[in-house]
Amino acid sequence: MNLAQIIQYCLSGITVGSIYAIVAIGFNIIYNTTGIINFAQGEFLIVGAMMAVSLTKVVPLPVAIGLAVVITTVLGGLVEVVFIRRVRDASVLRLIVITIGVSILIREAMLHIWDEKVRSLPYFTGTDVSTISVMGAHMSPQVLWVLGVSAVIVTGLTLFFRFTLIGRAMRACADDRMAARLCGINDRWMVTLSFMLSAGIGAIAGCVISPVTQTQYDMGAPLAIKGFTVAILGGLGNSIAAIAAGLILGLLEVLMMSQFQAAYKEAVSIVVLLLILVFRPSGLFARRDVSSLRAF
Amino acid sequence: MKARSMGVCGVLVAGLILGLAGCKKKSEAPPIKVGAIFSVTGPASFLGAPEEKTAKMLCETINQSGGINGRKIELIVKDSGGKSENAVSLAKQLIDEDKVLAIIGPSTSGETMAIKNICQEGKTILISCAAAETIVNPVASYVFKTPQKDSDAAKYIFKAMKQKGISKVGVITSNDGFGMAGKAQIAKLAPDEGITVVISETYDKQEADLTGVLTKLKGQNVQAVINWSIVPAQALVAKNMKQIGLDVPLYQSHGFGNIKYVQAGGAAANGTVFPCGRLLVAESLATDHPQKALLVKYKGDYEGKFKEDVSTFGGHAYDAILILAEAIKKAGSTDRDKVRDALENLKGVVGTAGIFNFSAQDHGGLTMDAFEMLTVKDGKFAVYKN
Repeated sequence: MNLAQIIQYCLSGITVGSIYAIVAIGFNIIYNTTGIINFAQGEFLIVGAMMAVSLTKVVPLPVAIGLAVVITTVLGGLVEVVFIRRVRDASVLRLIVITIGVSILIREAMLHIWDEKVRSLPYFTGTDVSTISVMGAHMSPQVLWVLGVSAVIVTGLTLFFRFTLIGRAMRACADDRMAARLCGINDRWMVTLSFMLSAGIGAIAGCVISPVTQTQYDMGAPLAIKGFTVAILGGLGNSIAAIAAGLILGLLEVLMMSQFQAAYKEAVSIVVLLLILVFRPSGLFARRDVSSLRAF
Repeated sequence: MKARSMGVCGVLVAGLILGLAGCKKKSEAPPIKVGAIFSVTGPASFLGAPEEKTAKMLCETINQSGGINGRKIELIVKDSGGKSENAVSLAKQLIDEDKVLAIIGPSTSGETMAIKNICQEGKTILISCAAAETIVNPVASYVFKTPQKDSDAAKYIFKAMKQKGISKVGVITSNDGFGMAGKAQIAKLAPDEGITVVISETYDKQEADLTGVLTKLKGQNVQAVINWSIVPAQALVAKNMKQIGLDVPLYQSHGFGNIKYVQAGGAAANGTVFPCGRLLVAESLATDHPQKALLVKYKGDYEGKFKEDVSTFGGHAYDAILILAEAIKKAGSTDRDKVRDALENLKGVVGTAGIFNFSAQDHGGLTMDAFEMLTVKDGKFAVYKN
């Protein structure tokens, strides 16, 4: 195996890894405020991308993406208000099952609204065939968009949670909901806000990866499984770790593929998920003693 | 006693007359029940959706023109979602509960293989819309299929490769029934045609990126890539090859016969070569071509009614209903065995995929002539010339 090929494998790993990472970020926000895994996260991605694809027919691409993100954000809020908020005696398990139901509901609705065909947004820079060369290896410029947007989202989230009042209020709810409520924070709206935020981020992710992965109504679930694995691998709730974990999983898969039949690649994420749950449930990057504290 | 039995007779006769009158009032014989299993939703919806639309459209046309032998067709469509386990229970339901004469579909090879024996044992005619050779080889007496053979598709690809002087190829296939069947056919036929398969890889059918597996092919210095699948990855292959700088010709299977894949592949799809039925290039056929009239009509009807581009997959459902209708006409009855015998002896039926000539040994009915080598030129299908 020559150097160019090794680099090509790495770039390929980074391509898929960046996709996993950007999907994983959305899981973390809802987990942090509510302690639940939102299994409809994959559907938020697809809704966002589908909206954007439809809107590009009438408005320019950046506007279409912006509108799609806004609409999906509202949808995220609606999901929380309609399905999550009213649940009495809300155990974590019950809420997770509800999100699975919501994911099926959204998926079937998308099938009826957009039908079964594959769509994709145009590449943000260049076309389907343009590439960036790195020492004899090539990759699509869209991968840089995915990585760049992930970085911007993570930075934005960090600033939001550290330095804004609402962000701090959300963190307070995450740490101790009762205490936050006693301080006058409307904890219900914080949960709604977390759904809106992760739906919006999901929509951005869906739009950015759409040129690479293409978009079909039932693609949310497989993406969400990978994103979920990455979120666990990095340590649930930690978005910076999620990006690192995404790239690690992407590279692991490509390493596996380069040595064995490509079809075994799918086993990697499942094995990683099992190993991490058994041996290091707090994730790769979290110290065990602080894993009980949720930090953004 | 006598009077009483006369009375009984009278009632019986009256009943008979009333019954007959009742029948006359309905004025029609009961409809012929035909089942259909398509993956209208799910990952194989590319196949199932146009198949369902086509089947319904054709049955409507047949019924409007008086049905077959004066009886209308009642088409019972079931959606399998592309899952074999669903296809199995739906097939049982159609055979045991609806007692259909025949089942059209399923859309995918995997599903068809899952219900092949069920239909054989249930003595129900199955006309599959899936391509894999294993569906009709070995022959099961009640099982037929309408798409072209995958072995013929592979042979066509090899022929085109030899003309270009290509001998070392890399093969990638999806891990579903269609992909696995193609992989086996390629491995079996390549040595005879003087083609060396240097690497053969399988990818997940919902794969979102193929640059990794293509890098592996690039490392083997292949002269061409064959991709054999029916999934959206067909568009990805073309894009990813260009993106990693793998500048060799791309050959795909007859699964590529859907303009949506070309659109999804964008500029990268140009130059893709694949064997396919003539439906996609219907307009450019010679006027005296036996299939031309039928193809142009189907294309016009479908595109006019559903406002979307026709694909060869819908054509497979068209052919399935067409040959079933022909067989029922020829048998002059709806007895399953009689229709089956008639179907097996159909000759020269012009369909969308080609001209069907069935026999006891050949339940596919098509020869290599059914294929035309096509390519993509400026985002449109065109006949491939060296």
